[in-house]
Parts: sequence; structure tokens; C-alpha cells
Amino acid sequence: MENKELIIRSINGPVITVLNGSSLSMMNMVHVGKERLIGEVVGVNKDYAVVQVYEDTTGLYPNEPVYDTCSPMSVKLGPGLIGNIFDGIARPLRDIEKLTGSFIKRGVNAPSIDEEKLWDVEVKAKDGDFLSGGSVYAETEETELIKHKIMVPPTLSGTVQNAVSSGRYKVNDVILELKSETGQVSKLTLSQMWPIRLPRPVKDRLPMLKPLVTGQRIIDTLFPVAKGGCAAVPGPFGAGKTITQHQLAKWSDADIIVYIGCGERGNEMTEVLEEFSKLKDPKSGKLMLDRTVLIANTSNMPVAAREASIYTGITLAEYYRDMGYHVAILADSTSRWAEALREISGRLEEMPAEEGYPAYLPSRLAEFYERAGYMEVLSGSEGSVTIIGAVSPQGGDFSEPVTQNTKRFIRTFWALDRTLAYARHFPAINWITSYSEYIPMLSPWYEKNFGPEFARYRMKISSLLQEESKLLEIVKLIGSDVLPDDQKLIVECAKVIRVGFLQQNAYHELDTYVPIEKQLKMMKVMIRLYEKSQEVVGKNIPVSQIKNTGLFEELIRIKYEVGNDDLSPLDRLEKKIDDKLNALIAENQA
Amino acid sequence: MRVEYVGLSEINGPLVVLDGVKDVFFEEVCEIILDNGQKRFGRVIMIEGEKAVIQVFEGTKGISLENVHTSFQGRPVEIPLSKEMLGRIFDGAGRPVDGLGDLFPDERRNINGMPINPVSRKYPRSCIVTGISAIDGMSTLIRGQKLPIFSSSGLSHNELAAQMVRQAKVQDDDSEFAIVFAAMGVKNDTAEFFRRDFEESGALQRVVMFLNLASDPIIERILTPRCALTAAEYLAFRHNMHVLVIMTDMTSYCEALREFSSSKGEIPSRKGYPGYLYSDLASLYERAGMIEGIPGSVTQVPILTMPNDDITHPIPDLTGYITEGQIVLERSLEQKGIYPPISVLPSLSRLMKDGIGKGFTREDHPSLSNQLFASYASVQEARSLASVIGEDELSELDKKYMIFGRRFEEEFVKQSIDENRTVEQTLDIGWQLLSELPKEALDRVDTALLQKYYSDEEENEIRQR
Repeated sequence: MENKELIIRSINGPVITVLNGSSLSMMNMVHVGKERLIGEVVGVNKDYAVVQVYEDTTGLYPNEPVYDTCSPMSVKLGPGLIGNIFDGIARPLRDIEKLTGSFIKRGVNAPSIDEEKLWDVEVKAKDGDFLSGGSVYAETEETELIKHKIMVPPTLSGTVQNAVSSGRYKVNDVILELKSETGQVSKLTLSQMWPIRLPRPVKDRLPMLKPLVTGQRIIDTLFPVAKGGCAAVPGPFGAGKTITQHQLAKWSDADIIVYIGCGERGNEMTEVLEEFSKLKDPKSGKLMLDRTVLIANTSNMPVAAREASIYTGITLAEYYRDMGYHVAILADSTSRWAEALREISGRLEEMPAEEGYPAYLPSRLAEFYERAGYMEVLSGSEGSVTIIGAVSPQGGDFSEPVTQNTKRFIRTFWALDRTLAYARHFPAINWITSYSEYIPMLSPWYEKNFGPEFARYRMKISSLLQEESKLLEIVKLIGSDVLPDDQKLIVECAKVIRVGFLQQNAYHELDTYVPIEKQLKMMKVMIRLYEKSQEVVGKNIPVSQIKNTGLFEELIRIKYEVGNDDLSPLDRLEKKIDDKLNALIAENQA
Repeated sequence: MRVEYVGLSEINGPLVVLDGVKDVFFEEVCEIILDNGQKRFGRVIMIEGEKAVIQVFEGTKGISLENVHTSFQGRPVEIPLSKEMLGRIFDGAGRPVDGLGDLFPDERRNINGMPINPVSRKYPRSCIVTGISAIDGMSTLIRGQKLPIFSSSGLSHNELAAQMVRQAKVQDDDSEFAIVFAAMGVKNDTAEFFRRDFEESGALQRVVMFLNLASDPIIERILTPRCALTAAEYLAFRHNMHVLVIMTDMTSYCEALREFSSSKGEIPSRKGYPGYLYSDLASLYERAGMIEGIPGSVTQVPILTMPNDDITHPIPDLTGYITEGQIVLERSLEQKGIYPPISVLPSLSRLMKDGIGKGFTREDHPSLSNQLFASYASVQEARSLASVIGEDELSELDKKYMIFGRRFEEEFVKQSIDENRTVEQTLDIGWQLLSELPKEALDRVDTALLQKYYSDEEENEIRQR
């Protein structure tokens, strides 16, 4: 396209207008000014185009040139993404550090993946093969954990020619040529470009039948999220959103984690980076960083790039899903992203809807969350993207627009609670207001793997907690002494469940990750205590006597004392409960 | 030779519009000279073709469309920096006001700073002992952290901040320290209080003060914290000093921002504050931290007064989302005569977990503080029950909680304004107080620690007999 000279007409924070910009296409990427800052076209009219700039615009002059790249905002996908940390528009921060030092300067252009590194590539396709979009034509070991599959871009298909043999190649080396039916020849390398705002195509959506196992008791047992599902973690500040996200990033059984630090603290990203370069994945024994991609747009980095960071993250996730991996995206926090939308929208002088947010907030949220799913990918295998988004409602008030609109597009809701956090009950997930709509779909999986008991215990636990919350209303008014014994028992047992089961210490070696088998046994012991005590109370023996057996305290401590490998102490404990309580009954009858 | 523009085309609050300008860049500084010789400064905040919108720092009082000459300076807002800044006093825009003349600058820096690359950051780990139990024990301050004080008008936040400055030290560390003090819209008395306190403790030669007092121009207030943080970064990362930045009062700053935003005609969000309040505050708070390979650090203690004591007001709310915790002061404690009136439950230090415990303070510190939090939370429940059914009707355990609660406030939280407790003292008081409670109620401490530190008073008495 012949550029009629594009020049800057006006500048207002991160939004500029471009004279003669009518030739620009919506959502195309442009380079702004002599420093070639990266921007994206967000509006076009007859005289000018509106561009949001992903970097600080200080020092920009009007009449500086603008360059059209004639392509939408895209990210380069290929081996070398895992273990790396990127800014909101997929520039690798480690390379930026080498270029500009400890502070991020403007106008840095660095490719997202290392173009010089040589990869050991095993070429799978040979001349004459017919390949369609998504088929794998080469493989390389990206990290010890992840085999990177090089796929034909979804839009291409054709017959292979001039395929090279296996060997060491750089990401931009041509591996083979693909001749389409119309005779067009495309050269395929180890990498491909993909526009971040466009979902990558798949063959089919499949039902979500497996949970994302997280090792967090309250999540796995009471409010599970399916692989391919969406969950939201809303909470006021200090309620533990970030720690919940970190725990999931560390312990969930996804193959790949994409962690998006969207408008959050710089130190938190440093922490993840430091910790993940040391911590080992419990299943494989390999470094966690070997399965993690980090995207950091900290709160002081340019706001427009914050808006893009979410899309960059999900595009990377979809790319790995297409290889047949299960990917979990942790976005902390989607509220900052929504605020970035609001800020840009304000600068564009759009008509605001609720609380100044643009009217298209719900549709943008929907677009994002709908990119999750359990899919049959183009190559025929299965892969999934699970989205877990933190929400930071202003004043901890869940009625604000971002939380409310998010709730419409997610199906697991982990409501974090300020009162619980103040009492240092972590994870501060409120068991009354949280919910998971995936339970019916996942029940067969639980039943198959852990037997029918699991569902029964879950029901029992949640009904005990429900009843307790009702009883506590009464206790608040008249004290616990006046409750009849059977209700006192509910309060006592629910306390054991709250402290001994729901509460989980992220910094305790044993407690930070708990396999579902142990969760099941812990539930079993606690329910056993409740049911057996019911029997005792039924014989008119006061609850205080049961309390004196010390069983309640013992149960509360099991999470710190029983290891994850050897669960036999839990079986013994169950027997001990029976023995002690039977003895109590005998004593009273004598 | 600089071009000088005569006259203006529009004046609106603190903003003026100049038409027909060429070669002006975004955020450029300009000098506006009135016919009577008065000099003012402004910066370009919007350019539209040949029209530039300029924000005048000192306000537009006395400016007419004709009586001014404007010349652009060819640079963004910068301040001169040198090590000589220590001991000096500047106004809100970084000009010396102590009559000691201009600084001989070592370099000039854009006050907006640049974001620290998360890859280059060093995760803060060394704890700063402030000698205040409620902080050291429960919400430990870490070097390189941003830990605001959420206060309200009439509470003793200034005294607390001053005490922190006097007593703060990092164990076994003798590197140079400095204090950068930024006053935004505070009364003259407050600024004077701090100055005197720095003087009495002999720290004045290590303090850089930036004062934008309540009567000073409001637009300048937007520059004040940026000047202060630029100075702090310069001292920390250029001269390897440990810098503690005190910024008070962030509420005045946010109000200045709101005033400025509404004069620009921007769409307001909650309570009239601009939609970008979060990003704006983050661009200040995120300037705390440490960098790998550089010994210096910037630690921030911003002070803000919660309007109407409301922690969900946008200013404390957004601050809490950015900073690494908060120290909350409470009026009811102040009324009970407890200094410092730190409300322990909503206070939090996010970096604490990695800076305390074995090898940092003492092995029992994490569990102890956890237990104190949990027990004190139960005190609140017992109290609310007592207010309904009366204290006499409480169960035995709840009665113990009532006693524990009172002692916790009187003995742990309360201390005198010059009392400097060691971490050991703080932790020991904590254990003493926990002895009020039966062992079974302590579910956050594991058995080994309990045996080592928990002393059952009854057992002791029996043993003594």
C-alpha cells in the first residue's frame, strides 16, 4: 500500500490522531514517531485515524511520521517462549534489560523469541506429504518438560516440497515449503505470526469432563474448575488473590502455565520469577519455570499495553493448546485490564456506561473468557485452555461492573472474603458465597477415580457448613451455650472442617499441596467424627465430654502431621475415633 | 534562539491554550512570563495540530489572554540532582526554598522516571526493625517495600511516621541511609513538626524535603511526589544509599489530581476521581524497590488520611491494591489512649513472609504472628457477643479472649513514643499474652514451637509451689 504521508496530528496521553490516516485499517499495528513506538489503530475516519500507543508518549512532536506495518498486532510464536518473561506486547524483558538496563526505556524492538538460538529439530514431514492447517511437521525439545510441536499455520495447507532433514536450526530457518492447490508456495520456518485479538481456530469444542487438579482442598473438593473452564477470584486487597493465583500456578496439573501479571506489582513478578526458577514441579521433578510463560505489565508500565497483555497471554496459551497441551492462564488482575479499557475509552471520548466503563466491557470480557475451552485441535489431538481471572473490585464490593459482568461468563466463583483474611484464614475463599457449576459434569470423573464416597462427603461437608452459618447467626445473638447438643456438635464439627480442612497453609511444606487421595481421607475422618459423635449425642451424652477426648484438636492438626505419601495414620485415626467414642458411650452407660 | 509566543487563546482553570505553535512536544515545559515580570511554569498536556494545551503549575491567577509571553524550554519536566540535596529544602516543584541558592547539578532527570524492569528487580528480603511491636511483630516492614499508613484526620500518624524514621534500622548493616520527605497539601505545622523531629534526632543532614503546603498551588502538588521519588531513586541507585521516602498526605495529592482532571473535562469515575487514578498512583508507588546488583534501595511509607474513616474510599482502596500491605490506624484505639493506634487485623505486610522467621528474625515469628492474628480475631467475635449478652454470660473461653484482647492492646500494641523494642522483646510479649489462652485454642502453632515457647501460667505456679 502506498502511504500518503502519515503524520501525527494530536497527542493526548497514550492516544494520538494521525493525519491522512484514512488509509489505515482498524486494529493494524503502526510505528509512531522517529523512535518507532508501537501503536495500534483503534479508530479511522475520513480525515484521520486514532491510534493507541503502547509506550510513554512524552517527547513526541506533532508532525512526526507514522509508519503502517500493514498487519494486525501480532505475536511471533515458536520455540523459546517457555521460561521467558514478556511485557504486554510480547517483548522479552530479559532482552530489553540487556538493551536498556534496569529501567525500561522506550522504542525498544526485540523479537519475542531468540532468533539466534539453534534448536535440535526432528523434521516429521517429507516431500510429497499433504499437510493441512495445524498438522505437526517438526518437533523440538523446548525445555525438559515440553516438546514443542511445529505446526502448519491454521490458514495454510498443501503439499510438502524441499523439506530439510532433521538437524539444528534457528527459528527463522526454512524447514519446508508448502505448495497449495492453487499453486501458491509458502515457506514454513520454526515460527509463525498470529494476531493477538483473533482466536486460533480449532476443530471442535468438547465437553469438559476433567477437573484441573490444584492440590488446594477447598478448590478440588468444594469448588472445582474443569480443564477448559473459567473461574474468577474476586476479592478486596489483602484477601489473597495473588497467593491463590501463585498456588494454582505452582501446583495445578496443567502442562503449561501462562501467568499474566496485568497491572500488578513489580515485586510480585520478580517473586514468581525467582521462586519458579528454584521450585520443582511435584509430578515431573523438573523446574517449574520449564512449563511457565510469564507476561508482566506491572502497574507502572504503559496502560495501553496492559489492555493488550491479556490477549497476548491467551494467544500464547492457544498456541500451546494446539499442540495438544492443557494450558492454564492465570490473569492477575482482569480489573486492571478493564480499567485500562476505561482509560483508553475515556481518552477516545466515548460515551461511558456504568462507573465510567465503556459499554462494550461485557462483550470484551465475554470474548476473552470464551477463548477458554476443552478442544479437539486441528491436528486431531485434545488440548484445553483454562482461564482463572483475578478480579479486584473497588472497595471489595462485588456489585461493581467488572465482577458482575465477569460472573456471567465464568462458572466457578471463588469469592474471597475480607473477614476471613483478617483472621488469617487462608485461602480466604468464602464457602457460602462461592460456587462451581462444573460439579455435575465432573462427578463421573471423581466417582471413577475416587469412588462414590467422594460426592457424599462433599455434600455432607457443604451441608454442615451451611447449617453452621445459620447457627452462627443465632450464636451471635445469644451465645453458644444455649444451643441444644446436636446443634453444638454441628458448630464444633464445622469448626474442625473450617480450620482443619478448608484452611490451608501455602507456606507449610506438607500443606501447600495436598493430593486428592489425602483430601478424601481427611474428609472421611472428619465426617466419621461427626457421625460417630451424633451417635454419642443421641445417647444424651453432652458434647463437652466429646470435646474432652481431644479428638477435635487432633483432627485440626492432621494436615500438618500426616505426610502426602503415607496416609495410613488417617486410617488409624479413624479407628481411634471409634474406639474413644465407643469407650465414652460405655463409660456413660456404666 | 527560542520562539516566544505572545498572548493566549483560552484560559480554563489551571489550563491555558496556545494557538499556532510549532515544534512543541508532548509534556514539554514552558515558561510563561507575565507583563509584570512574574514567571510561571507549565507543561504541555495535549497537542492538537497547532493548538497546545498547557497546564500552569502556579495557577492562572492574574493571567489574561494578552498579558503573557510563552516560551518553550525544549525539555520535559526535570529536576536537578546532586548529593548536595541532602539537608536541603525544596518547594513542590523541586526549587530550593531554604535560601541557600541553586543546586550545582550532577545530572538532570525527568521526574516521571521509568519503570523498573521486573527482571532487574531484586526481591526484597531484609527486614527493617522499627522498634514498634505492632509493626515488627505483625506487619514487618521490609527494605524496598511500599507500606502506607492508612490514617484519618486527628490520629497520630505523623508521630508514628516520625518514630519509625528515628528508630528504623536494619540489623548488622552500616550502609548510608537517607530520608526523602514529601509534603503534599499538609499544614505548615505538620511540615514543621517533621523538620523539628528530624533535627532533634540529628537526621536533618540526611533529609531531603519537598514541601508543597496546603496553601501552595495545587497543580504543583502533582509534581511533588515525582520530584521526591526522582531524588530518592537518584540517591539509591546512583549513590547506593538506603532511602526511606515519607509522603504525606496522599489524599491531598489525589484531590489535586481530581481537580486537575475535572478542569480538563475528563470523564470521572468513582467519586469524581479520574479513571486513571490507579495507574497514576501506581506510577508513584511502584518506584519503590531494589535492583539486582545495586546496593541501594527505595522504601516508601506514604501516609494517607481516609476520608470519613472509610477504608473503601477510592484513595485507600486503590492504594491498597498497589502497595505491599498497609498499616491501618483506628480512632477507637486512639480514644482508649493507645499509642500507636494501629488496628492490627486490617494491617498487613505482604513481603513479611520472606523476611521473617529462621535466619531473619526468630524461628517462631511467622507462627506467632499468625496465632496472634487468629486469636485477636476471636477477641472481636467475643466482644461483639459480649455487647449483646453481656460479658458475664460469655463462655469460659470467650472470657479468656476478652482478657487476652485487653492485654494485647495495652501491652503489645501500646508503647511509648520513644520506646524502642527489640524483635525478641516483641515476640516474648506475644508469647506471654498467648499464655492467657488455653493451649488447645492455639491452632496456628505447631506442637514443637508450642512446647518451646508457650508457658502455661498455672503449670508454672504449681511448679513454683
